[in-house]
Amino acid sequence: MNSEPICGIAHVYGDNIDTDRIIPGKYTKTLDMATLAAHVLEDLDPDFARTVRPGDLLVAGYNFGCGSSREQAPLAIKAAGVAAVIARSFARIFYRNAINIGLPVIEVEDHAIRPGDRVAVDLAAGLVVNHTRNETYRATAMPQQMVDILAAGGLVNYLLRYGDYV
Amino acid sequence: MGQTIAEKILSHHAGKTVRAGDIVIVRVDGVMATDATAPLAIQAFRAMGGVRLWDPTRVFLVIDHAAPAPNETVANLHRLMRDFACKMGCRLYDIGEGICHQLMIENEHVRPGDLFLGADSHSPTYGAVNAFGVGVGSTDLAAAMRTGKTWLKVPKTIQITLHGTLRPGVTAKDVILRLLRELGADGANYQAIEFNGEAVRAMSLAGRITLANMTAEMGAKTGLVDPTGLSLDYPFTPVYPDPDAEYSRRLALDVSTLEPQVARPHAPDNVVPIARVRGTPIHYAFIGSCTNTRLEDLAAAAAVLRGRPVAPGVRLVIAPASRRVFEAALQQGIVQTLSASGAVFIPAGCGPCVGSHLGVPGDGEVVISSTNRNFRGRMGNPRAEIYLASPAVVAASALAGHIADPAEVG
Repeated sequence: MNSEPICGIAHVYGDNIDTDRIIPGKYTKTLDMATLAAHVLEDLDPDFARTVRPGDLLVAGYNFGCGSSREQAPLAIKAAGVAAVIARSFARIFYRNAINIGLPVIEVEDHAIRPGDRVAVDLAAGLVVNHTRNETYRATAMPQQMVDILAAGGLVNYLLRYGDYV
Repeated sequence: MGQTIAEKILSHHAGKTVRAGDIVIVRVDGVMATDATAPLAIQAFRAMGGVRLWDPTRVFLVIDHAAPAPNETVANLHRLMRDFACKMGCRLYDIGEGICHQLMIENEHVRPGDLFLGADSHSPTYGAVNAFGVGVGSTDLAAAMRTGKTWLKVPKTIQITLHGTLRPGVTAKDVILRLLRELGADGANYQAIEFNGEAVRAMSLAGRITLANMTAEMGAKTGLVDPTGLSLDYPFTPVYPDPDAEYSRRLALDVSTLEPQVARPHAPDNVVPIARVRGTPIHYAFIGSCTNTRLEDLAAAAAVLRGRPVAPGVRLVIAPASRRVFEAALQQGIVQTLSASGAVFIPAGCGPCVGSHLGVPGDGEVVISSTNRNFRGRMGNPRAEIYLASPAVVAASALAGHIADPAEVG
């Protein structure tokens, strides 16, 4: 597990952001991460791909990443430089995919993060600190299996390290 | 305390008795990936040191999402899949053979009691044949290709009981749309659904597939249909829930008075009875997808059209679920009837549903579709509006030029 908190500027969106809005299906048939990054969140916020800076944080409401199983969704977010995703809840496949590819995700149901807030995500402690508003939010605990996979840097590294599920 | 179907199947695959909430490592009976997910899975499989598949007879690759290839990038991804399947000795279904979920069921790769992983979100579809089908991403799939295993949290189960008898012209699609309105886009997130009741027992395999398939739109991990009344071409041992199984929620719906349902743009749970949207002008009607384009769906569309031409200015596109479905529809004269009405047949596959190619709508156009998702941009154009309905409603709307109930077009 990343022992240092991840600090960044928040980009905030609403509920039920589906995978088609994260990365439209017409762009997913590629192995080129730069293509994915160029179109991330295109139909939700056409300016996002241009304005996002490496290390920024993506903040969303309920059911983030619903819809398709496309791993291109968390890959596009990661390739765009986003350091972590905070949401009130995640759709299950997106949540697994993000952890499997080593994109930190943290579920915080109760928060008041606004666009532009400076926020720190402490995965190890399960806390999100909003430095702009001087508030701290507690995250939902992650199953140990996921903690182990994220700590390894994703499922590929996990299996390289352990050889099998342990 | 008894067990749900999900608990029973996962207990069997974990080699111990498991309960909702347990985290388990389970062996899988089969895995499937498509051209939308297999290339990343192959890349991850190699990155995790994969040299050979855990069992080449249990790994299936399907080229259906953009088939035949619309451009050179996709063509090269298809080539990568063919090359991988050839080297690893696993079965690859090539262009035009059909939609992944249809092929897994039709070719009996997934059977009652199985735990089957699909790198496609509509994998809950396998609940139609009493199997625990679960959608995963490419890296999870790659891990299962290598180890024959995955990890899962045993889901809680929502029980949905469907009472009564569907009226003519009202289908499993209308039932699942109605339930989506009730449960919402995350109403079953992380949970399994079990369907039972006399309306379920009366459903054909095709209807059961539609029902299980769209549990994905509620966020469900899997959608299991009561195997009572399930008819398959081979002998099987059904998995029933125990009478004292524990459910997180119980829901009942009397389908006897249900009328056709339509999901409005831009969310599958934005559902209303057809009366609320009747008369909305349409430009494009599509019958396709893993949800609704099997033989009985095409027959229902043909019964509505009966050779009458689609309305001027409306195009009707049809992608059959598989080659086998297409050939059966040819043999029964269904294809000829639909073609005579002006329907355009495209190869069996996903194409327009995922916005890959072969039927992208134009700016400001209104689409009525038998598919499962109408998110903004889903069919390839964020400036189009997509309504979801049953194949009969899609056909009636194509005939009328506006959203129409099959009952009103005679």
